[in-house]
Amino acid sequence: MNVKSTVAVKQWDGIFKGVTVCSAGLVFVVMVGILLQLIDSSSLSIQKFGFHFLMSDAWNPVSENFGAASSIFGTLVSTFIAMIIAVPLSVVIALFLVELTPPSVSKPVGGAIELLAAIPSIIYGMWGLFVFAPFMADYVQPFLGNILGFLPLFSGPPMGIGMLTAGMILALMILPFITAVMRDVFQMVPSVVKESAYGMGSTTWEVMSKVTMKYGIKGLLGASFLGLGRAIGETMAVTFVIGNDHSISASLFSPSNSIASTLANEFTEASEPLYLSALVELGLVLFVVTLIIQIVAQVWVKRLQKQMGAGL
Amino acid sequence: MIRRSMHGRKSLDLVVKGFSSLAALVGITFLAWILYEVLKRGITAIDWNFFTKLPVPPGIEGGGVANAIIGTFSMILVAVAIGVPLGLLAGIYLSEFGRNSRFGELVRFATNVMMGIPSIIIGLFVYTLMVLRMGNFSGWAGAVSLAIIMLPVMGRTTEDMLSLVPNSLRESALALGAPRWKVTLDIVFRGAKSGLITGSLLAIARVSGETAPLLFTALNSPYWAKSFNGPIPNLTVTIFNYAMSPYADWQRIAWGASLLIMVMVLLMTVVARTLFKEASR
Repeated sequence: MNVKSTVAVKQWDGIFKGVTVCSAGLVFVVMVGILLQLIDSSSLSIQKFGFHFLMSDAWNPVSENFGAASSIFGTLVSTFIAMIIAVPLSVVIALFLVELTPPSVSKPVGGAIELLAAIPSIIYGMWGLFVFAPFMADYVQPFLGNILGFLPLFSGPPMGIGMLTAGMILALMILPFITAVMRDVFQMVPSVVKESAYGMGSTTWEVMSKVTMKYGIKGLLGASFLGLGRAIGETMAVTFVIGNDHSISASLFSPSNSIASTLANEFTEASEPLYLSALVELGLVLFVVTLIIQIVAQVWVKRLQKQMGAGL
Repeated sequence: MIRRSMHGRKSLDLVVKGFSSLAALVGITFLAWILYEVLKRGITAIDWNFFTKLPVPPGIEGGGVANAIIGTFSMILVAVAIGVPLGLLAGIYLSEFGRNSRFGELVRFATNVMMGIPSIIIGLFVYTLMVLRMGNFSGWAGAVSLAIIMLPVMGRTTEDMLSLVPNSLRESALALGAPRWKVTLDIVFRGAKSGLITGSLLAIARVSGETAPLLFTALNSPYWAKSFNGPIPNLTVTIFNYAMSPYADWQRIAWGASLLIMVMVLLMTVVARTLFKEASR
């Protein structure tokens, strides 16, 4: 090889590295770009409503008075319902997969649970609107109304669509994500520790609750954050079943809305600049919230990885 | 310490075992329920017309979604052409150059965050970036939003897959005097081939079912798409519009389109996974 071509090789390597650096940097640029672009496009609404935007539950495109409160409320409540159903269920399923079953059972079952994550959001929406919501209206909501109807939470006509149905479908959608993380966490528990507990005469449940869960509790927080991040911005499935009504109601049976569903429903109809700007500001609120959740989750999982010394 | 009877402990154990088996069963039941309903309702809409005809107004027999099928495929194609190479390059940086650098850490962090950003926000971003500036909805805007969603997924899996290739392989190639780019593209890529194909398939599967980012970018249209500079008909937004309509014909078509999308996405996911399992064995 002569000297000249070595220089050429060096040059090409420099270009190659440069291209990869640019592509990698693009990810970061897009992340920052989203934030700046959304702030810029919502400036009209930010100037007009200020902080009051977050507190007001007004949503009137005709008189051009907008507030995010009902959308934020709907997002939080539907996400909360999803979390209280999905987190315990995922933990138990992960324990089932790791502790209770041999690979011949846990592999296909685990695969099936993972497949839930592959189904597109819009399919959940279709199934939710045409299958699950009528099922809720015919069986689940009347049942809940009968035994818990004295609570404002479960009062009102059973229409099928609404906060509860949206929350339950969300729970189903985030279940595979939380299960996957929990499964990895539980698998990292050293088998020596478990075996010693069994050796002391513990039952399977005692090993799970006192050994595996002790190890898993921190992972559970990380997993929950990841699930939370997914649930809070989920759009299509929620849009199909939440009912899209800008009101704050105590009843989980009543139609409601979330930030994402409002965007999906109203964005293409918004012709006035202020209306559009208010919708973009809703998106900005959602973006900032998910950004914070993601950052907390990343930092938490990273700390955990350092402590447990293995890949999550 | 409280003494508890063996009997009590054993029965509690049994209850918990039963409960956790039940939870797994619940998960599988819902999966089966969804698959069954989509199959049962979707199959009635699928016929020759479905694949070959344009949408028709409600009440008229024999409409299809041929334009939307083509639109969806072409947007995915463009998104792949943008997202996959950029994702691969970003992954190369993370794995080959930026393992311990501060910039690498920053990008890795941004990648993880971006994977969790709701897709509707990406749609909103591309709307303000492209649709507002250009003045109209377009297939380009739709494809770019899909590409943005693919980028972090692709980057992350590429990094993971390239990291699995042993360092000795890189070192021997470099020692023979091969330039870095050649080592990466020829040697490391070959070692990680099946992993990279898996990653690309999963990324494509992920965007194939996306609806939210297309709502304000590609929009939808009942006609044949004339150019990528205008609204592009696509399956997922068609499902959304048709499902929300009060017409039974349209809802039936929406189920057919759902079946098509679901089969496509699940097939890609399953193929990707088996491919990877085969290769890692």
